[in-house]
Amino acid sequence: MRSRFQRVEEKLITSTLLIASIISVLITFGILFSILFEAIEFFELKSFSYFLTGTEWSPGVENSRFGALPIFAGTFIITIIAMLVAVPIGLGSAIFMSEYASFKMRNRIKPLLEMLAGIPTVVYGFFAAITVAPLIVELAQSIGLEASFNSALASGIVMGIMITPVISSLSDDVIRAVPDSQRKASLALGMTSSETISSIVIPSAIPGIISAILLGLSKALGETMIVVMAAGLRPNLTLNPLEDMTTVTVRIVDALSGDQSFNSPETLSAFALGLILFFVTLGINIISVVMIKRFKEKYKVNTL
Amino acid sequence: MKKSTNPFYDISLKKRHAKTKRFKLFTYSSLIFSLAFLLFFIVDIGIKAFPTLKQAYVYVDVTYSQKSMRSSRAAIDRKYKKIVSRAYLREIPKHIKQNPHLLNTTVKKWVLADDQVDQYLKGHYTKLKSRDKAFVDELVKNNLLELQFNRIFFTNGDSKVPEFAGILSSIIGTILTLIITMLFAFPIGVMAAIYLEEFSKDNLLTQIIEININNLAAIPSILFGLLGLAIFINSFGLPRSSALVGGLTLALMTLPIIIVSSRAALRSVPNSIREAGFAVGLTKVQVVTGHVLPLAFPGIMTGSIIGLAQALGETAPLIIIGMIAFIPDSPTSVLDAATVLPAQIFTWAGMPERAYIEKTAGAIMVLLSILVLLNSTAIYLRKKYEVKW
Repeated sequence: MRSRFQRVEEKLITSTLLIASIISVLITFGILFSILFEAIEFFELKSFSYFLTGTEWSPGVENSRFGALPIFAGTFIITIIAMLVAVPIGLGSAIFMSEYASFKMRNRIKPLLEMLAGIPTVVYGFFAAITVAPLIVELAQSIGLEASFNSALASGIVMGIMITPVISSLSDDVIRAVPDSQRKASLALGMTSSETISSIVIPSAIPGIISAILLGLSKALGETMIVVMAAGLRPNLTLNPLEDMTTVTVRIVDALSGDQSFNSPETLSAFALGLILFFVTLGINIISVVMIKRFKEKYKVNTL
Repeated sequence: MKKSTNPFYDISLKKRHAKTKRFKLFTYSSLIFSLAFLLFFIVDIGIKAFPTLKQAYVYVDVTYSQKSMRSSRAAIDRKYKKIVSRAYLREIPKHIKQNPHLLNTTVKKWVLADDQVDQYLKGHYTKLKSRDKAFVDELVKNNLLELQFNRIFFTNGDSKVPEFAGILSSIIGTILTLIITMLFAFPIGVMAAIYLEEFSKDNLLTQIIEININNLAAIPSILFGLLGLAIFINSFGLPRSSALVGGLTLALMTLPIIIVSSRAALRSVPNSIREAGFAVGLTKVQVVTGHVLPLAFPGIMTGSIIGLAQALGETAPLIIIGMIAFIPDSPTSVLDAATVLPAQIFTWAGMPERAYIEKTAGAIMVLLSILVLLNSTAIYLRKKYEVKW
């Protein structure tokens, strides 16, 4: 028979374990509320609609205005550049590794690609600012264009390289999970290998691939160090990727590393921007999770 | 095959085969591109970092006198004014106080040279005038000025004088921060994993926790910094820029990684182990702590080391909580203002002096080596203790 002491002990341990897992929920709500309350304080001082649609961002002056549109635009353009680099390269590598490479080759290459994902972003930032940005200025000059040393292109390209392994790793797993019978049926009907891949395998894997791309997208939106070190500080509403632009994350860092008091609108604007970032990335992540779940249910895979 | 003999002949076949080839070439080249980038990247940083290993030293007479106690510039001959490091001269009075027997002596020794001289010797851009350059050339010819192994980089803290700057204080700050991180993230993460994998029932609460952990792993790291600033610093009143706040913030980020990998490790322990335990009358807690956990432990350790490696490379949230302060002396407690290696890299990268570029690249090489070391340890552990059930 178990003693009463033992039963109490069991209960105690189980509830301690439960509390530990509830902490993770508390963190999410901690992030949400700590950002939300400060953001609300900001919107009591400054207009919410101007924040979303205004084009002038002038902190630190009298009658400071906080129109974040140029900041959102800059974030958007740098992210687009990053995705233009990461999606073809990531998908291409994933297709090669899952469809063409031998088992041995894949086992050797995958850790190398994952090394790209393991490099700290501050290192990418240094590389973007010291090596890539001057290179782009020189290249632009040689074809008669003028590029800024803080061009959106430099940080976008390096950011794209950074998220390539995010996209390739998950896409590789997803493409691999497509049943082999589909490939064989297609090949038996006389399709070439590339036709099989592009019209049979990829469409089957598309929910998983979209999920991988969205994961990369949310990483690009929230990336901080590369843009802080290589992109500009000036909110600049333009479509030219050779000009300097700023992003949400850069403005957050800039607002919080100044000397303003904590309750000034300059500091609080960081939380307003953080709130937008939180909800946008949350939305993207949720869509990504739903997509991969759909894929898993369709092909009954549990390994992803 | 000829058209006339083969009823299945497809006139577009040639085109289709060419397309297949192009497609394969595209996938192959995208892979090559990523690997080539990795190589270019490492070689580029390596080349930039290599000069950090050496630093210019000059062989001069150092006069330890009362006069040089008051004005340290008197300790060396005037013609060496631009050659010897300012930071070295500033240390002389302190040096005399620590070694009183040196007073009123003149010692011939190798002393640290100025960063401009150092950059000139390494063939980089320098602000030295041509007269000074000629003097430096003459000293080099007489073997009175040379590049020696750069110990200062590993034994000094940060400095506003490039030749005197090192990574020691940021390394110590990193260690303190990561100790705090693991102290919180490891036990909580493992306990949460045990609950979710072994004890939880499939109810709403469990589902919320699971969705939440997946989400937490994808929240941008900078938002954790906002949380640290608003809660740990503003609400709890913990000291800004301290290793304690940095460690706690990183712990929140590392938690989901540890939970996910620990759950995978626990799941890989076969059910027969649990059933055997129950069959001899053990309670659930006894089965888990006595049998499942020890078997899953290597896997848990592997996951935790990978989490630790990620925490080590994180910069953005630490900037938000102020861990980019100028820290010349190593922190002695977790409440002192501290900086970490990635933050040091960030600060140095923003310095105007050319000499900081090689320091930054050097610090990056140190950071990358620690990361490689941690990840290889994780792989080694996995290989050594991996059990095939």
